[in-house]
Amino acid sequence: MANVPENLHYSKDHEWVRVEGETAVIGITDHAQDQLGDVVYVELPRAGDEFVANESFGSVESVKAVSEIFTPVSGKVGEANDSLTDEPEKVNKDPYGDGWMIKIKMSSSGEVDSLLTAAEYEDFTKAESE
Amino acid sequence: MTAPALKLKSTPLYSIHRKMGGRMVEFGGWDMPVQYPAGTVEEHVRTRTRAGLFDVSHMGEVDVRGPDAVAFINRLVSNDASKLVDGQAQYSALTTPEGTVIDDLLVYRFAEDHLLLVVNAGTTDKDWDWICSHRENENVELRNVSADYCQIALQGPDALGILQKLARLPLSEIKYYHFGDGDVNGVPAIVSRTGYTGEDGFEVYASPDKAEQLWNKILDAGNFGADDGVLPCGLAARNTLRLEAGMSLYGHEIDETTTLLEANLGWITKLNKGDFIGRDRLLAQKEEGIGRKLIGFEVTDRGIARDGQDVLIDGQRVGRVTSGSPAPFLKKNIGMAYVPVEVANEGRTIEIDVRGRMVVAQVVPLPFYKRPKQ
Repeated sequence: MANVPENLHYSKDHEWVRVEGETAVIGITDHAQDQLGDVVYVELPRAGDEFVANESFGSVESVKAVSEIFTPVSGKVGEANDSLTDEPEKVNKDPYGDGWMIKIKMSSSGEVDSLLTAAEYEDFTKAESE
Repeated sequence: MTAPALKLKSTPLYSIHRKMGGRMVEFGGWDMPVQYPAGTVEEHVRTRTRAGLFDVSHMGEVDVRGPDAVAFINRLVSNDASKLVDGQAQYSALTTPEGTVIDDLLVYRFAEDHLLLVVNAGTTDKDWDWICSHRENENVELRNVSADYCQIALQGPDALGILQKLARLPLSEIKYYHFGDGDVNGVPAIVSRTGYTGEDGFEVYASPDKAEQLWNKILDAGNFGADDGVLPCGLAARNTLRLEAGMSLYGHEIDETTTLLEANLGWITKLNKGDFIGRDRLLAQKEEGIGRKLIGFEVTDRGIARDGQDVLIDGQRVGRVTSGSPAPFLKKNIGMAYVPVEVANEGRTIEIDVRGRMVVAQVVPLPFYKRPKQ
């Protein structure tokens, strides 16, 4: 059973958001990393890059597949997890911790409210797999 | 209302794949495991260091019998089947009149009047039709026996030791590209020292109703579950293994638009054996020289090249990636591509258009990986 921490917000594209003041820490969910398989490569933006909600900010690749990643919130990238260049497997091993991808300074803090709760995300993934 | 999906074919090991946590995908009309819980990287590495087990029952088989068996087949394939002895196999290709590839295959000789052709899953029906329609008045009996065989491949440095626990044939006496007819765990089987990984290993052909028994016994003999035990491997690992070994995949490096000479398959093209379909065009191409060539490359930049991406030199599109992927054992990102022969030299710098970003790569000799001498 995939892990879905209570304290996070979720998108239908299988990203999670942890709110830390005005910053949104973003990564992909346990369900997403499981579906993807061994992550061998992560392409991330640089600090200063700006995105709007639902825009692709990078990609994560397994041996067989390439998956784009979309930011659930708008804002400017404060930091990207560059350690994923040499250790992409962190995304598989610790998707909510060491496998974090970017930190965005949110331009509109209200956007997180339209994301899914843990329970809603769990229902969503269950329905998707049927 | 949408049309119903075409039903996929299943091998005799389908239930086992599901039970073992195999993630199933469509391949060539078949429902096959792409990976198991260990994951593609581990499956690949374990095959190179210990052993990997592969269900390849989706491959097709055509039985050819009669006094004209060898002469008939030799007219349709590029390699010289008349050179085979009993118990020997050879890699070969069915060719079009243009010298391009209908399919790559193995030709097994059981006796001078009995051959078995082993062909790709997705092209089995096409090959069968082609072979049948090209029979003239030869004294041969052709049978599509694909449903009569399961096929399981055990590959890796530990393969021989594992299989020997179950086989009565002395496996070390079966030379590379030869086979024995004996039994494995009491099951009558053809045991062939062939494979698609670049490792030593065997492919076992048996009756489909014995597939589960063979699979389970081999896992057991190979200590599945131990850190250094055999692992079942899916199609993703099968692909990365053959790519590292520089082997072609039908539909990627070879198809009906690529000639054998362009695809580095001159070594299975025996222009002096006598006439065969496409020989004239291949002879002509040999005289004129090829225009493009299949090369191997290594990505020297950040990024992974993927199938179908454009290859550029000095900003000009010159070719296309036929297969591109990470190489889990070599820990590099590699691929193969067709480029004009003038730029096919080792060391040449090329660029690959990876979804809009130009990624630098270098032409390297094939194969990428060669197993260590034992």
